[in-house]
Amino acid sequence: MTSRVMVGVLSLAMCAALGWAVQSLPVRPTGLTGASLAKLPESGVTNPVTAVLLNYRGYDTLLEVGVLLLAIVAVWSLRRGEWPASDLHDRPLLMSLLRVVLPVLVLAAGYLLWIGAFAPGGAFQGGALLGGAIVLVMLGGLARRVLAYDRLLRAGLVLGVIVFAAVCAVTMLLTGGLLQFPAGTGGTWIMVIESAALVSIGLTLGLLYFGGRPNGDRLDSEHRRPAHHA
Amino acid sequence: MVIVSTPSTGDPHTMPDAGYRIYALAGVALFAIGFYSLLVQAHLLRRIMALNVMGSGVFLVYIALGAQTPGPIPDPVPHAMVLTGIVVSVCATGLALALVDRVQAAAGDAEPGEDA
Repeated sequence: MTSRVMVGVLSLAMCAALGWAVQSLPVRPTGLTGASLAKLPESGVTNPVTAVLLNYRGYDTLLEVGVLLLAIVAVWSLRRGEWPASDLHDRPLLMSLLRVVLPVLVLAAGYLLWIGAFAPGGAFQGGALLGGAIVLVMLGGLARRVLAYDRLLRAGLVLGVIVFAAVCAVTMLLTGGLLQFPAGTGGTWIMVIESAALVSIGLTLGLLYFGGRPNGDRLDSEHRRPAHHA
Repeated sequence: MVIVSTPSTGDPHTMPDAGYRIYALAGVALFAIGFYSLLVQAHLLRRIMALNVMGSGVFLVYIALGAQTPGPIPDPVPHAMVLTGIVVSVCATGLALALVDRVQAAAGDAEPGEDA
């Protein structure tokens, strides 16, 4: 009990110190807004956030796509996923809903990817929608059907890193700088990277929900492990 | 035409600069609440949730400070970094949950402090 009080006091002290630090920051910091906007016409996109993500700081995003791949590889190495019970016949409304919602989600993900060049949106937002679509499918008890495309899913998971690295290599050959796009072609390179990243991010987020690698037993698992589906 | 994200905290022309500070301070408070839970809670699942609350606090501080820059356009660099951070934190949470499952399978429970 006393340790809780001590931790509470410590947390309050830390809150006060951090609050003071935040409060003492300059009121109108210029930040990097000016620098970001000044180079925006050269970046190939008109949304400054996308320009930061994929042009000015493309290296960060490359490493991030790598982190996502590492996360899913680590989770798959740690454990096997469990098939959610396929009780779809008990939930007829869910399937009707999925029929309407899934195409809309995929369309919206593609739209977000495209609009990311001009307005808030991009591969991450679109990928989150795709991931949500996969989670919905799994909640609908259709995980087996998704995970049946084992090789395709694995290819999709690494697509982002491979395409990003390939773009790095090609642009390095063309301009000599890492992720330094040839003048005037930034928009195309960014769209190529983002399209691949969208697939990988969506699949990673969605398959993380499954919580492990697809276990080898497929449709015949009902005979061997009936308790799993009870 | 350049369309940019307007901060969800209100119109930058009518909002006083110091108005964004309250969101940064709220982020600090979230961080402290998460920090308290991280140290006090024994169950690993609760600790993962505490870490996520701390992360949300950091994101909130960063976004709030990005909104303070002069002019109608918020600083895009914090936006991009928080966007990256959110996706990474979701994946890290997924990995942490898988690790907790392994701890539970190996130790019998997910509260390592209990038997100490």
